[in-house]
Amino acid sequence: MYSDKVMDHFKNPRNVGEIENASGVGTVGNAKCGDIMRIFLDIDENQVIRDCKFKTFGCGAAVATSSMATELVIGKTIYEALEVTNKAVMDALDGLPPVKVHCSLLAEEAIHAALWDYAEKNGIKIEGLEKPKNDIHEGEEEESEEY
Amino acid sequence: MKKMIYLDNAATTKTAPEVVEAMLPYFTEFYGNASSVYGFAGNSKEAMAKGRESIAKALGANANEIYFTAGGSEADNWALKATAEAYKAKGNHIITTKIEHHAILHTAEWLEKNGFEVTYLNVDENGVVKLDELKAAIRPETILISVMFANNEIGTIEPIKEIGEIAKEHGILFHTDAVQAFGQVPINVDELHIDMLSSSGHKLNGPKGIGFLYIRKGVKIRSFVHGGAQERKRRAGTENIPGIVGYGAAVERAMRTMKERTDKEIELRDYLIDRVLKEVPYTRLNGHRTNRLPNNANFSFQFIEGESLLIMLDMEGICGSSGSACTSGSLDPSHVLLAIGLPHEIAHGSLRLTLSDETTKEDIDFVVETIKDIVSRLRDMSPLYEDFIKKHK
Repeated sequence: MYSDKVMDHFKNPRNVGEIENASGVGTVGNAKCGDIMRIFLDIDENQVIRDCKFKTFGCGAAVATSSMATELVIGKTIYEALEVTNKAVMDALDGLPPVKVHCSLLAEEAIHAALWDYAEKNGIKIEGLEKPKNDIHEGEEEESEEY
Repeated sequence: MKKMIYLDNAATTKTAPEVVEAMLPYFTEFYGNASSVYGFAGNSKEAMAKGRESIAKALGANANEIYFTAGGSEADNWALKATAEAYKAKGNHIITTKIEHHAILHTAEWLEKNGFEVTYLNVDENGVVKLDELKAAIRPETILISVMFANNEIGTIEPIKEIGEIAKEHGILFHTDAVQAFGQVPINVDELHIDMLSSSGHKLNGPKGIGFLYIRKGVKIRSFVHGGAQERKRRAGTENIPGIVGYGAAVERAMRTMKERTDKEIELRDYLIDRVLKEVPYTRLNGHRTNRLPNNANFSFQFIEGESLLIMLDMEGICGSSGSACTSGSLDPSHVLLAIGLPHEIAHGSLRLTLSDETTKEDIDFVVETIKDIVSRLRDMSPLYEDFIKKHK
């Protein structure tokens, strides 16, 4: 059900771990729905992301999207990182099964949450960055089925 | 290719070679329609009677109380919908449990949309139905109690005899979904006061696409599939003769090997459970410790998610299943694990392993070592574990 790229990033996830004294940390998702993603950013004085690490509780797609997201933002400026959308993450993974699309949203949210944390710590405002939702499932209704 | 270790026998089983052997002539040699009059069709008729007889004998029932279906789900649907239809003059209330298979739960929900009232009984932390709650739920208009014999996820065996007695005392029909239990534990429909029982061939080394509903003589439910006069006019459709032959052979085999097979499975199951609980920290067993299906083990590993675990096990050639949301296709984890009181995040990290008579101690040793390695790798990746460790440092 997963593409080779997803399986590769699941089997050999890139940038797993923590960053001590990270410039920004963002945690999104909730355990109730079965996925939590935490992104650590190390940002230099030119607002370039020097390093990015993640920790994820979740399914194969959640791990793979976290891994891919870290790869996509490393070396980018914070403004470039803002443009790493869930679609970009999905495209880089050669797509996700429809039921797993929310995992890529989680990755986008996690990066935004870490950037928000960085902005708050440094008292700056990042143009175009909105306060992240804690729970990406908020307001999401389970489809009702007819039997 | 790596050796496969198949530990998902609650999902389906390997068709036993002797079962396939018994079925084969009924595809190319004795392919006659059992309803035809010529002598050739007699072979089919006889084979069907023999299969029916083997199954009836295993349950302590009469052959004319066994009605073949296309599987367990059809049997469950039939039992509920046709009882509701036949007994609606008496009442519109049905009692079942929160841990039934979806073939029961979704049928019950459908009945609710069609004017029936359904009580879903709670279970205790081991998954055992609360008898007090059952007694309290009974109303004058209760027409059916449906409680599964043993749970497909956590393996807990229900107090079927006690439930049968309560049903009998109140003059209420009692149906049990025995899809997981038949062939694994002895069942006698008279001793247990069972009026209807569902079963499926492929769960006990028989073929897929065949099941039956046992209907006690005198229970007045009618046809669910309309058409020809097959199955005493209660289930239309040309009989699946190879399936029935295979089912009969599988049941004979299951009854013949039950003691030896399940003794061995229980020993290996307990070895698996003991090792995992001892060697993997922050782990719990789901379901009753002893009063469970001989081949079922179900664990929850804290701080990790089930689908990741399954994919990593698959990479090592191990087939298992999980009650996590990602494997159920919804945002919620297994309704059974929630019903025994597990919080969502622990229900997401569940793993069900179901053994067969081919499982060896070497298999279990490999599985335990692999689980230890995978769980530790996934925990290293888990923010929940990170938070837990920091909190408890």
